[in-house]
Amino acid sequence: MKYNFDFASLQEYWPEFLRGALMTLEMTVIACVFGLVIGVLCAIGRRGKRKWLATLCGAYVEIVRNTPYLIQIFFIFFGLASAGLKLPIFAAAVLTMVFNVGAYTAEIVRAGMDTIHPGQIEAAEALGLSTPQIYWDVILRPSLERVYPSLSGQFVLMMLSSSVTSQISAEELTGVANSVQSESFRSFETFIVVAVLYFGMAMMLKFAFHLFGQAIFPRRRRLGTPL
Amino acid sequence: MSAVVKLHDIHKSFGSVEVLKGVSFEIAKGEVVAIIGRSGSGKSTALRCINRLETIQSGTLEVCGHRIDNEAVDLRALRQDVGMVFQSYNLFPHLTVEENITLAPRRVKKLANRDARALALESLQRVGLAEKIDAYPEQLSGGQQQRVAIARSLAMQPKVMLFDEVTSALDPQLTGEVLRVMETLARGGMTMVVVTHEMAFARRVANRVIFMHQGKVWETGPGDMLADPKTPELRDFISNGL
Ligand SMILES: Nc1ncnc2c1ncn2[C@@H]1O[C@H](COP(=O)(O)OP(=O)(O)OP(=O)(O)O)[C@@H](O)[C@H]1O
Ligand SMILES: [Mg+2]
Repeated sequence: MKYNFDFASLQEYWPEFLRGALMTLEMTVIACVFGLVIGVLCAIGRRGKRKWLATLCGAYVEIVRNTPYLIQIFFIFFGLASAGLKLPIFAAAVLTMVFNVGAYTAEIVRAGMDTIHPGQIEAAEALGLSTPQIYWDVILRPSLERVYPSLSGQFVLMMLSSSVTSQISAEELTGVANSVQSESFRSFETFIVVAVLYFGMAMMLKFAFHLFGQAIFPRRRRLGTPL
Repeated sequence: MSAVVKLHDIHKSFGSVEVLKGVSFEIAKGEVVAIIGRSGSGKSTALRCINRLETIQSGTLEVCGHRIDNEAVDLRALRQDVGMVFQSYNLFPHLTVEENITLAPRRVKKLANRDARALALESLQRVGLAEKIDAYPEQLSGGQQQRVAIARSLAMQPKVMLFDEVTSALDPQLTGEVLRVMETLARGGMTMVVVTHEMAFARRVANRVIFMHQGKVWETGPGDMLADPKTPELRDFISNGL
């Protein structure tokens, strides 16, 4: 077996790769933000007193976690289109990511909330804090600090699995790779380049999450131990 | 002397199990009352009714002018008047001592951030822990954590303080420092309801002792009553240690 690597012929495609990588990052950031919001709301909904809401949130989480990501993408893009709601590709791709990561985030955040001892909530009640204040200061903040490593891991995973959105022709990194390799006929090299780019982006994201964690969790910064 | 806490014929059940079977007592301003009794006799439940961590089925309950048996009671106002310290400290682990103490004043009383540190310091001085203001709970011993929990309660300037077996989770050598803080508070005129197994503390510090048995106030009197119990149940309780 013999293969002559030829990376030189990919040089002209650098702007494409860069554009794809940027779009992947852009989709990831949007999905992280909205996914976190949805995940937190959903985790609260599942704990709440309203039975129907808890059931609804539970159903959402279970459906997302027990169906293939690709099917979710097709469902949102083609399914909604045939129902008359034609979303632009970028919107559909991001929406799917949000929909998907929101459920995983909900489950992680819920696990974090389960670690909060009921005594903490009683102490806060006895101090006169209102329910929203208790949720924010006594339940959510320590929960997020506790599950931060799993949460950031999940977000990195989501960045990687966003490559599946190329299936609906989203022009993120994998989508770009597909067109580059069919134009240049250098598919091996193309996917090596793309793999390296993904790896680099994953490392970058991990580091960014680390810095962000240091900034928003002072206890973690000062003691360096998990909560 | 006006009563700050008034319980009259309180009944409380968990499901079908009646835990408080007609409990009545009053606590005057500045009074220190110790509640003693066997495990399961309803001491904690009675205490928790006072700041409405538990709701009652019947009876009347008035605390600092708030009618607690009333559904429409202003919980926020009630809980500003009543502080509570728990057996398991329940400090917030992700916050420093200062933040633990000032969280409620900032959130509930809208204390300005720039005044927070002074308040924390002042409260900590009352429990002798000013130097720990920037520590995290996990960096403190159990006794120190409990003293911070007391400071946290004090920072809200409550009119009554409830203590539920606050030394039971502590090693014997650490209970002393917490009891001393409580004794200082008592001498300073704080109205206190103290559920405790520390008989020596009850005798020495409390103005009055309430012995609960099977969900009722069985016997009540000054601290000296422990030396001279009237009912066989109290005699039994005292001679069996707990
Ligand atoms: N949330 C609850 N649900 C059901 N039963 C409860 C609950 N809280 C307390 N009980 C029951 O009520 C009874 C009185 O409990 P309580 O905690 O008031 O006793 P106590 O005198 O404080 O005992 P201890 O000295 O062990 O703390 C016990 O039989 C207990 O099992
Ligand atoms: Mg108890």
